[in-house]
Amino acid sequence: MESTLESVNKAEEMADQLAIQAGFDEDVRDGITMAVREAMINAVLHGNAYDPGKRVNLTFEQNGHELIITIGDEGKGLDPDEVPDPLAPENLMKQSGRGIFLIRAFMDEVRFRKLEPGTEITLIKRIPGSELDRQEAST
Amino acid sequence: MSMKASTRQVDGVTIVDLSGRITLGEGSTVLRDTVKDLLGKGAKHILLNLGDVSYIDSSGIGELVSAYTSVQRQGGELKLLHLTKKVHDLLQITKLYTVFDVQEDEPNAIKSFVK
Repeated sequence: MESTLESVNKAEEMADQLAIQAGFDEDVRDGITMAVREAMINAVLHGNAYDPGKRVNLTFEQNGHELIITIGDEGKGLDPDEVPDPLAPENLMKQSGRGIFLIRAFMDEVRFRKLEPGTEITLIKRIPGSELDRQEAST
Repeated sequence: MSMKASTRQVDGVTIVDLSGRITLGEGSTVLRDTVKDLLGKGAKHILLNLGDVSYIDSSGIGELVSAYTSVQRQGGELKLLHLTKKVHDLLQITKLYTVFDVQEDEPNAIKSFVK
């Protein structure tokens, strides 16, 4: 996808459709679409810096147990451990820096992988009623 | 749906009725420009009515924080009115719910400003 705001909006719409098909309720769907939006913003804005020569790779996978979304950029790379905690008192009133926090808040699992160049983020949400979801609920 | 903002005056309070999405791009810009314009005109008591705001992303949250601090720096007050459940939940998980003065009723919100 191109490094544009239109791509962010398109990815959000696609995530919503897939989340409906996977059977998530509205509240969970809102969380998934927000996580995808925030990850796309990171890729387009902070990663690729709207560079028309750089692409964002977006994939969706639904295996019956989980919805897996992968977003990769070609930017300078992101170390998630270096992102300041937006809930810390000194950061609470900052204008930016909440994207990764929101992604983690709404997804069951979030993974980062360094690319050459860029960053790939994988967002995982377990499908309600699936075997993996029942295992999670029982632990 | 893009964001729209309209302003009205009630008893010395500027009420900004916002509708649509406050997200990166147009929505955030509309909010920023509206608050900047009001501060330029000397408004000190600003009430953001978010009742018809369907969605806010991290950029929109940042814009709300920025509006709040800008108004405070000018010696004014900015309050929020009629949060939807989605926006309420978002402000709670980001720990901003207790930072903002959140009002549920317009007449009481207007009275709550120190004039």
